Formats: sequence, structure tokens, C-alpha cells
Amino acid sequence: MYSVRIHGRGGQGVVTSAELLSLAAFLEGRHAQAIPSFGSERTGAPVVSFCRIDDREIRLREPIAAPDALIVQDPTLLHQADVFAGLVPGGRVLLNSSRTAEALGVAGLDAQILTVPASELARTHLGRPLPGPAMLAAFAALTGVVSLESVLAAIRDRFKGAAGAGNAAAAQAAHAFALREGVHA
Amino acid sequence: MAKQQIKFFQTGSFAVGGRLLDPEQRSVQSDARRSNTLTSGHRACQGCGEALGARYALDAAMRASGGRLIAANATGCLEVFSTPFPESSWQLPWIHSLFGNAPAVATGIAAALRAKGRDDVRVIGQGGDGGTVDIGMGCLSGMFERNDDVLYVCYDNEGYMNTGVQRSGATPPAARTATTQAVGEAPGNVFGQGKSAPLIAMAHEIPYVATATVADLRDLEAKVEYAMGLRGARYVHVLVTCPLGWGSASADTIKIARLACETGLFPVFEAEAGDVTAVTKIRRRLPVEAYLRPQKRFAHLFEPEERTDVIARIQARADRTIDRFGLLP
Amino acid sequence: MPRQLEGSVAVAETVAACRPDVICAYPISPQTHIVEGLSRIVKTGGLGSCEFLNVESEFGAMSACIGASATGARTYTATASQGLLFMAEALYNASGLGLPIVMTVANRAIGAPINIWNDHSDAMSQRDSGWIQLYAETNQEAADLHVQAFRLAEELSLPVMVCMDGFILTHAYERLEVPTAEQVAAYLPPFEPRQVLDPDEPMMIGAMVGPEAFTEVKYLMHAKQQMALAAIPQLADEFERDFGRRSGGLLRRYRCQDAHTVVLALGSVLGTIEDVIDDMRDEGVAIGAVGLKCFRPYPLDAVRTALAQAERVVVLEKAFAVGAGGIVGQNVRLALSGLRPRVHDVIAGLGGRPITKASLRRLFEQAVDDRLGRGMTFLDLDHDVVARELQRLEAR
Repeated sequence: MYSVRIHGRGGQGVVTSAELLSLAAFLEGRHAQAIPSFGSERTGAPVVSFCRIDDREIRLREPIAAPDALIVQDPTLLHQADVFAGLVPGGRVLLNSSRTAEALGVAGLDAQILTVPASELARTHLGRPLPGPAMLAAFAALTGVVSLESVLAAIRDRFKGAAGAGNAAAAQAAHAFALREGVHA
Repeated sequence: MAKQQIKFFQTGSFAVGGRLLDPEQRSVQSDARRSNTLTSGHRACQGCGEALGARYALDAAMRASGGRLIAANATGCLEVFSTPFPESSWQLPWIHSLFGNAPAVATGIAAALRAKGRDDVRVIGQGGDGGTVDIGMGCLSGMFERNDDVLYVCYDNEGYMNTGVQRSGATPPAARTATTQAVGEAPGNVFGQGKSAPLIAMAHEIPYVATATVADLRDLEAKVEYAMGLRGARYVHVLVTCPLGWGSASADTIKIARLACETGLFPVFEAEAGDVTAVTKIRRRLPVEAYLRPQKRFAHLFEPEERTDVIARIQARADRTIDRFGLLP
Repeated sequence: MPRQLEGSVAVAETVAACRPDVICAYPISPQTHIVEGLSRIVKTGGLGSCEFLNVESEFGAMSACIGASATGARTYTATASQGLLFMAEALYNASGLGLPIVMTVANRAIGAPINIWNDHSDAMSQRDSGWIQLYAETNQEAADLHVQAFRLAEELSLPVMVCMDGFILTHAYERLEVPTAEQVAAYLPPFEPRQVLDPDEPMMIGAMVGPEAFTEVKYLMHAKQQMALAAIPQLADEFERDFGRRSGGLLRRYRCQDAHTVVLALGSVLGTIEDVIDDMRDEGVAIGAVGLKCFRPYPLDAVRTALAQAERVVVLEKAFAVGAGGIVGQNVRLALSGLRPRVHDVIAGLGGRPITKASLRRLFEQAVDDRLGRGMTFLDLDHDVVARELQRLEAR
């Protein structure tokens, strides 16, 4: 089983990201479970969501305490919330930022960290700084747990018309960025 | 709506609906084929205004709907005295659920009929002032707001009578009830600002709102028939004398209701979509004392000493109502 | 065809497939996505002449359901927590009047203190209301139970609540098959009411019943609920035959063969429990689980049979009777009275506190080693905090 924990703030599509990731895995014929961590809906408040992926039915239902990978959609959380809690040694971390891990002050972690300017890519291709789909594509590049094709299919299933095209474009750009820059699968 | 002025041929009598009138002008009650929806054998008190009002209202609604009517009844006197298991006085499909939910149950019935394409069958919700104005107000307002196709009739005897005459939101100032007893410095009910369910109904701008009393039963019938000719949420508020709770003689039920109108304490009017459309003028205005004296629930205003201060305040309310609704010719 | 869906959406689509005539909706977390989904389906014409009522309160919702069901409509609503309590009077009324209303309860804690997260205190508080109570372990089962619920309700003329864990199930995205309208139509015949408000055959519903008859009426209510104990397994068997998967029934055993320790629970926590049991079985520990699917009527005989051979039973429950003890635990002790197994009450997951594999593993090991104390154990209780507060209370 592969566990991903996604951090962000309300309004950034953190819950949608977990759902999209689960949908991408589903489209590859795997089992996937996406759970939001649930609070009252409040824009700007820290939000966590979870996604488990496996080849058999997932029965476990608890927040992910020991994620294999982290996606952090809002870098302002880095020093406010304990986003790295429980990360497996050498786990993969994707940070939404145009700065480097060193500049963000997280370079020393026992993790493979990749920073991706997902908000900027989203602004360029979608017109809004919603980083989720782009981060998922970068995740695909970094880990290979799902393919870019599946991520794009999930995006198009969820977002219709211009939103679908824009998110897909941002995702492709982020995927290419990650392949160029990152430690990859 | 037009109402024919009827000349009384029998001096000193208010009897209407007899052989001297055209058949169409006669009361539903004069028709041998009337539904008798609330038939005899129920356990109401002698002189019960609610039983009287309900009989007239339901038979009128049944005639208007061709006998295709379903009733939802709140807990209260009407429900209790009419359905002691295994007997029932009702001759129509009838459901009693809870105290505070008659409007919502009626809403559900109307929705089911709509879903099944049965727009030939109509719905009436009914309850006392307690179940309507107090505990049922939330559901009533919801029904109004959705404009559900329900005629709701409130039989207002100004208190929780079935449970032993306790004060409700409709109890008038200074009235004695078991929870506003005639003791202390301000005996009887407090002087609040009142809670006019008809005005609340009008604020929802529903198709039809009317008030009526058991003193003018033809008027009540006519209003129910008119309401049944409309669709959407409709509300009829009927003042019904309660001899037990009001401490009046059981033979005076109609007379006391008339006094409520003639003193200006109870305005009789109609409204559509939030605006008053017709008002019944007071024929012979009387001071409020005439209404208060025959009821023991106001006895403390006269004995051991006459409380002219309180009576004056009640008079001021009547004056205001008369002014507000234009009740004088 | 499997789809990846949010639990609430699956329930909404399944309820729509059951073709209700009247849906009454009042929103409360975490049920909102269910009524929103149904509202959309109705508004886009997906349910023909179905009436969707936006009511003014949960009390209004259940009351409108009562009126609609009594008029012969297949009727549905959903609620949780405070909403369930607000309609409590109407719940008793619906069951007393024998109306086959189906309702989803998206289990959530009851305040004060206000808490929007999952536990079973809401449905447990209404266990005596005369409603049948079914508990779903997964979203697949949650969807499937609604189909069985309408059939059960209408056959017995009793209302049924389908309980699914709020947020944990309602807001989880997972893979499942949504029953289609065609599949449902083959399993669920049109509603034929036992009693109906109809001007063609007037009848009255809701008389006042005095001391001379009330006892018999309640006795018959109990007897009718008991009939569900036979009906529920039959309906689950038929469902399996028609839909090709097992959902519902009275209870489900998991690796109970030769188990000296059996864990009993309701709802979604069973998934996590099964993972722990697999790990422990791999290490040679003879431990199993029983998932209770039907809580009311209480399947006393089935519970007794499932647990009688164990040395100890751990009842893990998400609610308790304040001032008394475990609720499900009491019911389990009832089934096992006079028999060998020792019963341990463990209260867990209150107000949405996560029940983790790690905590369960520790708990089960304690149980196996007979290190669980008497009385209730509160899983993951912060002992320091409660000790400090109790000290303050006593000092006053």
C-alpha cells in the first residue's frame, strides 16, 4: 500500500487533489481511497487530505500517520504545521514553491524533496493559482506511482471545458518540470 | 370576494340558511347531503366553539373539493375529543401525528399527492392556537414559505385547553389561565405585544389569509370555500370560544365570539398576497367590558374591585385594532 | 461497472435508483452531500415526478415524511447527530404509526460539546425508537443497504435507518458499484402501502390509545421488529443472488474459526480491525472479529452463536451510556449471559478521534494477555488530562 498525505489551506483544492489522485489510480485498475481530514469549511485554514493506493481492497480507515509521500500545496504551512510528521525515512516530498528546499529551510530532512512552482504554472495555464493538479503530475513524475496519462484523465473527468484544458496544461508543464529538475522514479 | 347582503326576514333572529334563501346561498349545514365530516358522538364539552367551527369548516371544504380531502390534525382538543380509540368522529382520511407538526405533515401529504399526480385531492391542516402559533410556528412558516398547497385552519381558543387551560402565545392580556393565575399585583396574563398569526401569515405573502369566528358561521364557510378555490398556502384563523377555559356559559359561545368582534378585539378580515382585501365592519360597537364581564377568566378585573386601569389598557388595544383595520363603517 | 465515487454520492445515486416519490431534506454535516446529490438528480429530471422538499428543520423533515408515507409515497430523508435528536419525537411517531420511511444517518457525535465528527452516539440514542437500525462497514455496503432497507421497510411496515460513519464513509472516495435503477427494480417492487390516506377509502391514522390497549400495541410493535430478524438475512441472500455481492445480513464473522479472542464492532472501524487481525493471525494469534450489521432488532441468538466459543470478547464501540457503561457491550453481555466468554467494553473513536491500527494492535494484545481491566476502557484516553481535571473537581 502506498500512502500520500496532502497539506494545504482551505480553498486550495486539497481535498480535490486527494480525490483526483485516487481517481488516477482507479483508472489504472488499482484500488484507491481518498479521505479528507474534515473540519468546518473555512477558507485559509490548514487542511489535510489523504490518499491510499493498493492493488487489493483497502479496509484501513485512519488518517495517514506514516506517509510514503507528502504533497505540500502551501509553503506557508512548512513552519506552522508539522507537515513532515511520520514521513517514512527517505520519503518523497513535493513542495509547491519556486524556491529551493534550502531556501525554504527544509533541506536537511531525511527525504527526497522536489520544489515545483505549481501555483505559477497554474496561473499561466489556467489563470488561477490552484496548484493541485499540477502537483499531482509532478508527483507522478517523481514517484511513478501513477502515470501522467492517468492524472490527465482524472483531471479531464473532474474539470470540464476550459478548466479541464487549463488544468491539464498546467499538469503537463509541471510533469515536464519535475522530470527536468527532480529526483525521479 | 363578493358576498351577498342577506336580509333577515325573521325579527330578532340571526337565523340564516333557511327556506327563504336561494339554495346556493344556504349554509352547507342546511344540505341533507352534507359530509358531516366531524360527525356526532365526539367528546367535546357542551358549547365547544372548536367543534362548531371545525364542523362548518370541514363540511365547507369537503363540498368545495367534491369530498376529496385529506386532513392532518395537530394534537389538541379537537384531536383528543374526536378520536378515542377505537372510535372516531371523522368521516374523511385523517391523520394525527404530533403536537407541533401538523403543517409539516400536511406538506408531506400534499407532496405525495403531487408526486402521484393526484391533483384532484386537496389537503387541510388543522390545529389549535397552541399547536399553530407556538409549537407549530416553525413548521407553519416553512409551509407558507414553500407555498405548499395546503389550507391550514387554526381554531384559536386562546390557550392550551386540552391540557388544563394553560397560557399560549395567543392568550390575551389579563386573561386568567393555570399558568397566568389571577393572583399577585398583576393578575392574569401579561400585557405583551401579542402574536398575530394572521399577520405573520400575511408577511409570508401567501395567496389567502382570513380570520373568522363562530359568531358568523356563514362567513367562515364562505371563506373556507373561497380558500379551497385557490392553490398554494392558505390560512384561516378562527376565534372559537371555550366555555371551560374562558369560564363562560356554554349557551353563550356564539354570543361571546360576536362580542369579541363588536368590541374590536378580534378583527375579521381577508388578505391576499400580503394585503388586506376585505374587512368586516363592526355593526354596533361596544366597550370591551361587554366582552370581559361574561367570562370568568377576566373576573379578577371586576372583583373584588373594578380594575379600571387594566380595562382601559384593553380598551386601548381594541381602539388600536379598530383603527388599524378600519373596522368602523 | 465499478466507479470511483464519494460515499455520499453513491448513496444519493442508489436512493435515486430506488425511485422514491418524496424526499425531504434538511442539511446537517456530514450528510449534506447526500441531499445535495439528490436535489441535483431531481432538479435535472432524473427522478420523474419525485418531489424534493427543502424543509425548515429536521423535525419538519421527518414530519413531512410521515405525511407523505401515510399518503402512499415511497419516502426518504437523511440526517445526523443534532438533527436526529431534533426529530426524535417524530421518529417514535413514525415507528408507532408503522410507516416504511427510510433514512440515512451519517453518524456523528452529539453535543454539547458541539462536535461534527463521527461516532455512534446519535443512532445509539435512538435505539429504542422502534426503528430498524442497520450499520454499514463500507460505502459499498452503505449503498446496498438502502436498497435492502426500502424492501425491508415496505414488507414489514416499519421505518429503517441506515447508519454510515460520518466523514469516514460519507466523504471517502472509493471504488464501488452503484446499483442501477433496473437492478433495483428487479429486487424492489413498487410500494404497496398497508394503510393509506385516500378519499376513496377513508381511514384514520393516529388515534389516542388508552391504558386498556396501549400495552398490546407496543407488544405487537416488538413482535413486528422481531420478524425482521428472519427477513434481514433472507433479503441479504436475495440481494447477493441479484447483485452478485454480499451486503447486510445480521452480522458477519471474520476469521472467528477457533478464535479465543473475538472483537465485535459496528461500522467502518471493522476494516481497520480486520487489518490488525490479519497481522496477528500471521503471528499465530487466534483472534477474529464479528461485525454487527443489524443492531435493532437486536440479533441476540446470532450474537450468542457467533461468540459462545470464545474465551473473551472485546466490544469496541463508538458511544456509551454516560453514568452506566457500554451500550453494545451491555447488549453483548445479554446475549452471552450464563456462558463462558468474558466481555470487555472498549470505548473508542468518540467525537471523531481516529482509531489507529497501532492502538488497536496494543489493545488486542492486552486483551489476549488478559490485561484489560474491568469496566470500560477508553482507547487512547489522555490520562494526564483527566487526572488533572478530576483532581481539580475534587479539590473544590
